[in-house]
Amino acid sequence: MSDHHKETFISKYVFSLDHKMIAKQFLITGMFMGIIGMLMSIMFRLQLSNPGESFAVLEWFLGSKWAPGGILDPNMYLSLVTMHGTILVFWVLTAGLTGTFANFLIPLQIGARDMASGFMNMLSYWFFFAATIILLCSLFVETGPASAGWTIYPPLSALPQAIPGSGLGQDLWLVSIALFIVSSLLGGLNYIVTILNLRTKGMSMSRLPLTMWAILITAILGVLSFPVLLAAALLLIFDRSFGTSFYLSDIIIGGEALHHTGGSPVLFEHLFWFLGHPEVYIILLPSLGIVSEVMSVNTRKPIFGYKAMVGAMLAIAFLSFIVWGHHMFITGMDPFLGSVFTFTTLLIAIPSAVKVFNYLATLWKGSIRFTPAMLFTIGFVSTFITGGLTGLILGDSALDINVHDTYFVVGHFHIVMGLSAIYGMFSGVYHWFPKMYGRMMNKKLGYLHFWVTFIAAYGVFFPMHFLGLAGLPRRYYTNSAFPMFDNLTDINSIITFFAIVGGLVQLVFVFNFFYSIFKGTKASENPWESNTLEWTTPVERIHGNWPGEIPTVHRWPYDYSKPGADKDFVMQTEPLKEGKTEH
Amino acid sequence: MTNILIALVLILLVATLVQILRVSELLSELKKQDVNEVTDKDNATQGKILLIVGVLFLGSVVWQFVNWIPLMLPPASSEHGAVIDSLMQFTMVLIIFVFFVTHPILFWYGYKYNKNKKNPVAFFYPHNNKLEVIWTVVPTIVLTAVILYGLSAWDSITNADTSDSQVIELYAKQFDWTARYAGEDNTLGFSNYKLVKGPNQLGVDLTDEFSQDDVVVREVHLAVNKPVLLKMHSRDVIHSAFLPHFRVQMNCVPGMTTQFAFTPTQTTAEMKAQEGEDFEFVLLCNKICGAAHYNMQMKFVVETEEEYNAWMASQKTVKNTLTKK
Repeated sequence: MSDHHKETFISKYVFSLDHKMIAKQFLITGMFMGIIGMLMSIMFRLQLSNPGESFAVLEWFLGSKWAPGGILDPNMYLSLVTMHGTILVFWVLTAGLTGTFANFLIPLQIGARDMASGFMNMLSYWFFFAATIILLCSLFVETGPASAGWTIYPPLSALPQAIPGSGLGQDLWLVSIALFIVSSLLGGLNYIVTILNLRTKGMSMSRLPLTMWAILITAILGVLSFPVLLAAALLLIFDRSFGTSFYLSDIIIGGEALHHTGGSPVLFEHLFWFLGHPEVYIILLPSLGIVSEVMSVNTRKPIFGYKAMVGAMLAIAFLSFIVWGHHMFITGMDPFLGSVFTFTTLLIAIPSAVKVFNYLATLWKGSIRFTPAMLFTIGFVSTFITGGLTGLILGDSALDINVHDTYFVVGHFHIVMGLSAIYGMFSGVYHWFPKMYGRMMNKKLGYLHFWVTFIAAYGVFFPMHFLGLAGLPRRYYTNSAFPMFDNLTDINSIITFFAIVGGLVQLVFVFNFFYSIFKGTKASENPWESNTLEWTTPVERIHGNWPGEIPTVHRWPYDYSKPGADKDFVMQTEPLKEGKTEH
Repeated sequence: MTNILIALVLILLVATLVQILRVSELLSELKKQDVNEVTDKDNATQGKILLIVGVLFLGSVVWQFVNWIPLMLPPASSEHGAVIDSLMQFTMVLIIFVFFVTHPILFWYGYKYNKNKKNPVAFFYPHNNKLEVIWTVVPTIVLTAVILYGLSAWDSITNADTSDSQVIELYAKQFDWTARYAGEDNTLGFSNYKLVKGPNQLGVDLTDEFSQDDVVVREVHLAVNKPVLLKMHSRDVIHSAFLPHFRVQMNCVPGMTTQFAFTPTQTTAEMKAQEGEDFEFVLLCNKICGAAHYNMQMKFVVETEEEYNAWMASQKTVKNTLTKK
């Protein structure tokens, strides 16, 4: 490697080509956006539990235009909901999660000096950065940020006359997401190429850690589905700015009949969800990988059913492309198509069930070390079960009729996708922090963070199912306009209380993270006694990863507590003994 | 205000905790121990906390069911709604069963198998094909049942015979609803968005003979046990016509017509007797549509055939209102 050029501050920390630095850039940007998204959710939770009440803090944050007298404006409420969703789905759980762990782990775990194209990798971050800046700018435009929901269904998102947020705010949203998609594609192609081509000697596909399988499948999903969203966004830009009618037809707004005819909003829904559903698994799969890895290390057991785990992920990924219609059962789509999508959707429960049982079997007769990372994997399994089960209700078209777009949906996807993915992300940060920064994160703060998060998160999202079963629609500024929802006030107060608690405790994590970068106790080369290749690299992080030769791999990554071995872990670099076969 | 106070107290609490933890870290550094190494004691403590929190969590789930089920929607007031309700019950029982089987296993394993002197080494158990086949096949069988049940319900709802149904148009715009009865001929007159003008807010073609007996109203009345076919329109953005008590929901999309057929089975009076005097059937908008989305509603009244006929007789047709000049 010809990496021995002198590194300046700019080339080391800003326009870095080193995958480890790029990973940290993604992580810290993701954390920053995560805090903003979380603050937004607390702001609209205050309105939902105490409608019409004055909160000085809202006026302080949003100004007297959007929260006059401390009372949230209905348009700003919708903007906050929209931006919360956009930020959490794309910025935190897509770029923040995959961007961090794909960049950080791929070269380290497959035994490569860096990603296939370091330059593309750098571009991927800086496109993401530009997208971030534009999205943040949209928070400050006069008509407010985008407010048609994170799904931006036209015509609402296409017509500034329909809602103020569909003015400049929506333009910036669309430009930002277009740049985001470019970033995601540059990253995704790089991940696929690197995993397929740059594996070290002996690292066959069947010896890949499950994190690598998960990231490979995630990247393939992203590369196949994100371009469709880009197309959808471009057509929407055309409808908004150049007078085309892809999505618009027969509209009167503000007393004026528009010229658009022949378009269909349902077309947009199809295009959006063709990305939108695989996106759910783009978010979830990296966490499935991280959790498998961390659980195996900390139970000191091989992950149960390695091949079944890979197969289940492949099955989930394949199915995720043919289930998008379950978001559209009641849009006027042909009911027969609804039947097909119900069938494919409910099939996903099979590989998901296999994964859950395999996790439980991994815990069985383990010798569990409760690191904070391990606790988060248990949290993951719990939320994956809870959220997955309610999916059986939403995926069933007949049942979806009455819970569609209610709080039942909000509870379901926050648990199965939001919480599961974020638990996987936390688990990964606690687990690989020593490799990222050469220091340990504080254990006790980690415990505090996990327990309060686990309790508060269920306190927020479990009661939402009941709101949904009571018929309460999502994205309502207040439920006080309908007497039938008057008895739900208590539930709303409980949710807001836990949202504030859960939000605050994330500050403990942020504190722990930054404190430990500078002051944490020094880590050893392999603090968790783990088998995979990244733990053979020195504590000092160097460009090129290994000071000498890249190690050769002789076995799969899950030889924990193998009978006959000297220690309870056998690293992948250790040759098989004479006459022994792999597992 | 109370929320802010709670938030402040919590911030102080967290700050205090952080300080305590820093002190303990400094103390143990003096004792030359690695504070961040996970010890057997930690494993035992965290295992116990897991069990306790797990039990509390499952307990709170039971508590939520007991306390909040009475707040949920009453049983369906429509024929197909009863089908949905029983499918819902079947699915609920199934998922609650799986929830209460898997979660105790998760918490118990976490508690039981923590690393300590008695359990220093894990059991090397990479796979078991027989077990894996079992837990692939069993969910497959269960899901086949769920899918078949679900699809038959869906089919019966969406392919209902609507030849005898009374046709009513639901017309959505920011932020209110209007309804148009098809009248005696049970055929809606032609309408087009370009014809919207003055009092003709639905753009009804006044020259069409089918339009003449149509009745435009701002409150829908239905006769109990008489099938209706709702045809939905929107003239600006997507709205969703949601009638939770009837288990009816369908989007209203500009540029196309959507529909939903159902038969109400209980009158408003019966529901008032059952649920309380202030009960009303309402139509809500359930697709984000703008600032006043949360308040886009229309009253539905279900009554006996005689009451309904009397009400209908008192309404004015398009011929008597719009066409007349």
